[in-house]
Amino acid sequence: MKKEFLKGNEAMAEAAVRAGCRFFAGYPITPQNEIPEHLSRRLFEVGGEFVQAESEVAASYMVYGSSMTGTRCMTSSSGCGLALKAEGIGYITGARLPAVVINVGRGGPGLGQILPSQQDYLSATKAPSNGGARAFVLAPSNVQEAVDLVYEAFDIADKYRCVCYVLTDGVIGNMMEGVVLPEMRDLSSLPDKSDWVVTKRGPGPNTQFGNKRIITSWQNTGEELEATNQVFADMLEGWKANETRYEAYQMDDAEVVFAAYGTSARVAKTVVNKMRAEGIKAGLLRPITLFPFPEKPFEALDAAKVKKVICLEMSIPGQLIEDVRAFVDKKIPVEHFGRSGGVILKPEEAYEASKKML
Amino acid sequence: MEKIFGLPSTVLEQMTHQFCPGCGHGIVDSLLMHELEEMGVKENTAIVWPVGCSPMAGSVSTINQVSAAHGRAAAVATGLKRSSKDTFVICYQGDGDLAAIGTAETIHAANRGENITVIFGNNSIYGMTGGQMAPTTMLGQLSTTTQSGRNSEQHGNPIRMAEIIAGLEAPKFVARYSVHDAKHVMQTKQGIKKALEVNKNGGYSFIEVVTMCPTGWKMTPEQSVKKIVEENLKVFPLGVLKEVD
Ligand code: SF4
Repeated sequence: MKKEFLKGNEAMAEAAVRAGCRFFAGYPITPQNEIPEHLSRRLFEVGGEFVQAESEVAASYMVYGSSMTGTRCMTSSSGCGLALKAEGIGYITGARLPAVVINVGRGGPGLGQILPSQQDYLSATKAPSNGGARAFVLAPSNVQEAVDLVYEAFDIADKYRCVCYVLTDGVIGNMMEGVVLPEMRDLSSLPDKSDWVVTKRGPGPNTQFGNKRIITSWQNTGEELEATNQVFADMLEGWKANETRYEAYQMDDAEVVFAAYGTSARVAKTVVNKMRAEGIKAGLLRPITLFPFPEKPFEALDAAKVKKVICLEMSIPGQLIEDVRAFVDKKIPVEHFGRSGGVILKPEEAYEASKKML
Repeated sequence: MEKIFGLPSTVLEQMTHQFCPGCGHGIVDSLLMHELEEMGVKENTAIVWPVGCSPMAGSVSTINQVSAAHGRAAAVATGLKRSSKDTFVICYQGDGDLAAIGTAETIHAANRGENITVIFGNNSIYGMTGGQMAPTTMLGQLSTTTQSGRNSEQHGNPIRMAEIIAGLEAPKFVARYSVHDAKHVMQTKQGIKKALEVNKNGGYSFIEVVTMCPTGWKMTPEQSVKKIVEENLKVFPLGVLKEVD
């Protein structure tokens, strides 16, 4: 396997192509521009289509349109761009269409800053759109993992007919690391969608009057919509039961537990190592699926052993900490240290701040 | 006995449409259903019907149907068509949808020359939401949000979408029709046919149809027809605005 030195954004874009993505629509926004730039060239080489949309909103609906043909498709953006895409994400979710969305996070709220940040945890995991829409959210912490998760995101989106949302940030998007790119998928090996795509006729889950296919998030009655809401609720329970992922680092005897994802988790690892070298029993729980949130390892923390949980985040106030607090035993104090606005969390300051909390 | 007129197979006999009496949308939709049948493309057509009164024909049509958020039809159609070149893609939109919240999507899909047909039912009002001012509302026209009549100082002037689209390079056929009487209905039918032929041959086409909304205008169907002739057609002149071979 050949290792290449690639920038995170380009590597994620290429991973999408190799996963079978054949349609991308996006709008320029920093710090994710290498994704559309790479795809503007690559997709045509592999027989796909690229559209530079007139707006973030339009891009999300182009993806909605592409997905209903059975095509693997994606859009990407950052921060405030995702706020605009929220409308389309809701339509895609409501119509049960698969799509991949990458957020290369920047500071906020509002225009905020183009610098890297983790200020979109709550919007990604709790309310990526209106009406209770939820997305499957993955958070890579290095370029290789970003490649692997983007590649897999298309499978997850197809499996559940949902939005699979890769939440990363400007650090991972713009750093260069050695990566091994995955194999180019044979399109004929991808899941068969012929029973529901709008480009075909005939019986299927969204067929009416014998032949007619309908793609919509509209329901004719309150009862029908309620039944659909229940289908979503069951799907989310299934994710919780079967799909949560996390990394446990030095956790076996940990008395100080760090909780961090993405870029912050890299910083947290350095802090754990430094503390371990001093004899402090530190460990790290790193959620890889931010939604479904890996509740179990947090619930399992033993108050007799664990003295403190420290959330490290590039967000002020903390956002991940809301989920961590919800599942950690109330007897264990949970604290937050973070930087935001594009100020990148440094291992030294995270170490110093954490030491003070002990 | 010879049957000389019937419903095309693109329309479901068992269903009834929900348009108000005298509504223009039903006429345009009916013309479209006949044309799709006549052109033999009904099996591989997808119609994007967004939000408002315009999509109500969806419930009586056998054509594959896509819903779009208010204003986003042309973006949905772009993604759909780009990913499925063999599908015949049509947007049917109203004026609040196409000329207000969806102006960006409408203009840019036209400017890219997407291989779609956009049919625009312009009835100068937001019908579904109860008769608010649309971008196409006449000056002086009463609506629930212009209760003393639209005035240009506060609300701007009625917007002429067909002229805007015709000013772009890429569109191959842009025209405005009306369905206020039989003669104009037949002209509209010819226009829809032409627009669909352009689509079939690979190009963007845009048809604006001036339609009646008796409910939104708070008029009888007869008064609505009169209003079209006396007011709307003076602001929205009929004819082919652009045609490229
Ligand atoms: S409200 Fe107006 S546009 Fe809507 S169905 Fe009634 S007449 Fe037609």
